[in-house]
Amino acid sequence: MLQTLFDALSLGSLYALGALGIALIFGVMRLVNFAHGDVIAFCVFALLWPSTDAMAIVFAGQLPWYLLVPFVLLCGAGLSVLCEIVVFRRFRNANPATMMIASFALGFVIRYFLLMLYSSRPKSISLLPALSQPIEIFGARLPLLQLITIVATMAILIGLTLFLRQTRFGLEMRAAAENFSMARMLGVRANRVIMGAFALSGALAGAIALIFGSQTGTVDIQMGASIMLMAFIATVIGGLGSLGGAVLAGFLLGAASVVMQVALPVDARPFRDAFVYGAVILVLLFRPQGLIAARGTKERV
Amino acid sequence: MSHLSAENVSVAFAGLKALSAVDLQITPGRISGLIGPNGAGKTTLVNVLTGFQTPSEGAVKLDGEALIGLKPHQVRRRGIARTFQGGRLFRDLPVVDNLEVTGVGLGMSRRAAIAEAEAMLDWIGIASLSSRIAGTLPYTDERRVAIGRALMGRPAYILLDEPAAGMSGPESKELSALIRRIANDLGCGVLLIEHNVGLVLGLCEHIVVLDSGAIIEEGPPASIRDSEKVRHAYMGTAANTDLPVLEVME
Repeated sequence: MLQTLFDALSLGSLYALGALGIALIFGVMRLVNFAHGDVIAFCVFALLWPSTDAMAIVFAGQLPWYLLVPFVLLCGAGLSVLCEIVVFRRFRNANPATMMIASFALGFVIRYFLLMLYSSRPKSISLLPALSQPIEIFGARLPLLQLITIVATMAILIGLTLFLRQTRFGLEMRAAAENFSMARMLGVRANRVIMGAFALSGALAGAIALIFGSQTGTVDIQMGASIMLMAFIATVIGGLGSLGGAVLAGFLLGAASVVMQVALPVDARPFRDAFVYGAVILVLLFRPQGLIAARGTKERV
Repeated sequence: MSHLSAENVSVAFAGLKALSAVDLQITPGRISGLIGPNGAGKTTLVNVLTGFQTPSEGAVKLDGEALIGLKPHQVRRRGIARTFQGGRLFRDLPVVDNLEVTGVGLGMSRRAAIAEAEAMLDWIGIASLSSRIAGTLPYTDERRVAIGRALMGRPAYILLDEPAAGMSGPESKELSALIRRIANDLGCGVLLIEHNVGLVLGLCEHIVVLDSGAIIEEGPPASIRDSEKVRHAYMGTAANTDLPVLEVME
């Protein structure tokens, strides 16, 4: 029982962090950034030397954790800001569909860049091996990593909330996320806010990369895509642009996946995702605006 | 004397003239009114004065210096503020944050912006609303917050776009007192755009009447009230003069 709860929380954490990364950018730009998943993959690959071998040659991955974590977060933030400057800035006045397609294209560019350097073969790595040891809590044996994932996610969510509530930049971002043009009219610096959103979103991608990489022990250029899909669904269910909604929906999706894994008859388990997506459709039928509709997404004149 | 003026301003949208050769002047400490039937071009004129709309012809000048080509936030930094129809607050943000973000946008430090936001809410008399989420406020409070937001940074001029829309009699009376204080106590030059002609007649020293993008009449309230042209513009026909539209509201 406790094991199921922790499974749900740790999977939900991944989805919640992913959804948050997408919602942050959607909030200020009305852009669904499908390149987000590939930024996650990039962050994991940044730990390795370029090679086509099946056994990964670890480079930055050998750093002690207190250097490793900032390194990966910075990689994500850096790449994400670069994407903004090189690509998305040119599309700022384009319609959302154009921006979305540009983000797909950008995702492919990142993915094929990784393919070129590392080949498409999945590689095994052992990131922070000490974390895979189990510990005992209330009689349940849990991998330390799972606990750290949950605690780290909570810390990130609390930190981000404080950042958005308590800092000047956070204030500008909240205003811009709700009504970008009004914020701009009032003198909020658009470029700074948008770059900040991309940097935060990229750092979140880095956090996911670390967690996912250490959980699975393999790296694969496709690895971002599966999380991206779930994270995107979570942002939609949460109410596009609503940060709280994205996090809530991320955890709900994680819980739904884990519960179905346990509760479904054995024969049906391979089709778990179909059930999860079915549940998503049901939610959207009853609440097409998402669980927590962001007011900023309403049309404004 | 210091003033904000529109000189010979024309705006054309796809061949349609929204404003033609309009002149208007606002002076600090005075309340001017801008009235006219729907579609007369009132909001377009406000947009031109605040940098939201570039006129096809003419100029906007602040103390003789041309403002054309400046972006809205640059105009705002020069001390020309406006409100919008319907308030248009950041509805997910607390009231105080709505004012604070404006202060920050004007280049204040966050601390200074918070202090001024609190002081402004207090001055308006809505300090108790400070931490309420803006989207949950009743209509009239929302309008007052919008005015507070516009007053951040103590602008020299404030353009109020239909601040009384949807307000009851007592509510617009309260608003009327607030507008008077803005001119008298803060020394702000106020331009009041309103459908509630009574409110305008009661408050303004000078009133400009727009119809189909052109000024058809201007002058003190008494002359506007008696103007045939104004009645005609509002009623459609000069015969219906007994409709109670042009009553002064104190």
